[in-house]
Amino acid sequence: MLEALEGSQAIARAIALCRPGVVAAYPITPQTHIVENISKLVADGKLRTELVSVESEFSAASVVLGASAAGSRSYTASSSQGILLMTEVLFNISGMRLPVVLTCANRAIGAPINIWNDHSDSMAVRDCGWIQLHCADNQEAVDTSIQAFRIAEATELPVMVCMDGFVLTHTLETLEIPAQDLVDRYLPPFAFDRMLDPHNPLSLGTLVGPEYFSETRHLAHQALSNAASTIVDADREWQSLTGRSAGGLLTVEGPADARIGVLAMGSVVSTFREAMDCLGAAPAKLIALRSFRPLPEDAIRAACAGLDHLVVVDRALSPGFGGIVGGEIKAALSGMNDAPQVHNVAIGLGGRDVPMEMWPRLLDVPQQGGGFRILDLEPAKLGEMS
Amino acid sequence: MTEMNDPRARQPRFRGLEAGHRACQGCGEALAARLVTESAGPDVILTNATGCLEVFTTPWPQSAWRVPWLHSLFENSAAIASGVEAALKAQGRRSKVIAMGGDGGTFDIGFQALSGMLERMHNVLYVCYDNEAYMNTGIQRSGSTPHAARTTTSPPGKERMGKRHLKKDLLSIIAAHHIPYAASASVAYPQDLRRKVRRAMEVDGPTFLLVHSPCPLGWGHDGSETIQVARLAVQTGLFPLVELERGEVASVMPLRHRVPVTEYLGLQGRFRHLFADDDHRAREEREHLQALADYNVERYGLDGDGDDPFDADGADTVRRGGPASS
Repeated sequence: MLEALEGSQAIARAIALCRPGVVAAYPITPQTHIVENISKLVADGKLRTELVSVESEFSAASVVLGASAAGSRSYTASSSQGILLMTEVLFNISGMRLPVVLTCANRAIGAPINIWNDHSDSMAVRDCGWIQLHCADNQEAVDTSIQAFRIAEATELPVMVCMDGFVLTHTLETLEIPAQDLVDRYLPPFAFDRMLDPHNPLSLGTLVGPEYFSETRHLAHQALSNAASTIVDADREWQSLTGRSAGGLLTVEGPADARIGVLAMGSVVSTFREAMDCLGAAPAKLIALRSFRPLPEDAIRAACAGLDHLVVVDRALSPGFGGIVGGEIKAALSGMNDAPQVHNVAIGLGGRDVPMEMWPRLLDVPQQGGGFRILDLEPAKLGEMS
Repeated sequence: MTEMNDPRARQPRFRGLEAGHRACQGCGEALAARLVTESAGPDVILTNATGCLEVFTTPWPQSAWRVPWLHSLFENSAAIASGVEAALKAQGRRSKVIAMGGDGGTFDIGFQALSGMLERMHNVLYVCYDNEAYMNTGIQRSGSTPHAARTTTSPPGKERMGKRHLKKDLLSIIAAHHIPYAASASVAYPQDLRRKVRRAMEVDGPTFLLVHSPCPLGWGHDGSETIQVARLAVQTGLFPLVELERGEVASVMPLRHRVPVTEYLGLQGRFRHLFADDDHRAREEREHLQALADYNVERYGLDGDGDDPFDADGADTVRRGGPASS
């Protein structure tokens, strides 16, 4: 049944369907509505979980680390500065191979302080060893949140579900919340064989010296790379149950013979889908990258076959380098026969609106040439600010 | 037959922390951790802040722990313990959670997580092994380092007489959370320490133990003098042994034979500069430390007389296997 729900409300309902044993969170805009809605579900007796309202994001991440190690399905959510405050723990959770799920309501990072959407937060923790999945709309966010527990528990890797703050979290959309029995079939109860248990006392989080450390890093890299097939399988089975895919590793839309492509992540994908339908611009492919970690190099190359130009859209940047996704896509395509020329721009930083009219501007980027730039920069304002 | 009549005597004592770990000789923290886990028994889950205890017990692939043990970071022992406890509650399991940390991980960097854990009333016993400096990183001053003590970041010199600030009164801050039970203890008084652990284990809610644990390397005394040094800390009044219920003082270990602080200070290299000849600053700091001890005695009413079950003179008598049957 379709319902009209705010993104955060829908995520709270989806998380509740996954029957988490422990939820820990600390409020931060624009994640707040998620934890508020979960708190209400708990207060109304609609979700039986240990809800731990902690004193910081650092402790939120620490609580779900401990809860997961003790064998409970565990969930948290945050944004922006909160993700940064969690950073040390995020590395720990993945290093200990604990299947935690976290919703990142993507938001810019200060200074200057800015509460609106871009991808600076999840990009800042790009290398923390988590699976990172990006959602184009709230239905994808609901479906991905449920899939996330299955992927996490199958791979023993934590999953960060990235959904754009405000654009998705605070937007009312019609979407389908799956039935409880369907989710129960898809997601069996969590059973963790490294669980902390006095009957089988294990030491978790021990000291590893130079003689074994490289091997632990190799195993972490291998596990994250191998997770790609689990992500695909989890989405396929979800599709067989619901008729909906949440986007696999990536999706490609547009005419097969298009010579130009745009690669993007998150809610701008939905905007561009609309633009492709409505604006009648030049034929182009839209590559929606859902899995940023692991980065699916083979799938990206396959998606780019036949393209002369690829415009990579970043929603964050690495100052002194340029676009982060852009840099990675260039690396992924290097050595590919007939690889497209890659152009990289950043748009929509700190909540700057990305309207449908951005689509033809993106398609125009290859003609303009030049290196990385912020495409929606308004140069006249630079004078005011100096 | 006599053996069969007394099965308790035959039963080996439970050890949560096994021998063979890599602590220094005379390590107060290792002794304290063994006493705490022995008293707590096998049905526990431990969390451990980063520090000496974590390092010397778990060089992978070895572990000295016979009970489940979780280490994550320096500053989150209380928070991961909160998570473990929440999970146990969610699963209907009843094992007790014990969070452990040194004074750096408790007084300083992990203080916020600890306060949060206490405020949320998690059923966790938090044990701080207090050796009064960052020992694992090489003896740097912490919020717990006593006034005037030498550490590598509070060295004495022409302009300084060791740590300029006071030892943080953590127990009073803990008391302000009005948790059911909090206490200070010392490795020099194992019977008292065991009793306090057992007492805390019986409470359904947050409890806190501050265990004074000398570090021979950091304090500059011989490894064979750990107990003597720890006992003098109590007997001088510098480290009072007290119990708090809901934030109110419930009992104290009285001191029948108070010892001047110089006897305690003189045993330790970290206070050697307080005994320099012809240095008026040294005399002033000795007097300052004596005044701090006097303040503790007055504040907690430590001057005791008569027979008292918590008397320091008898409290360190270890009765193995419990009190003798009458």
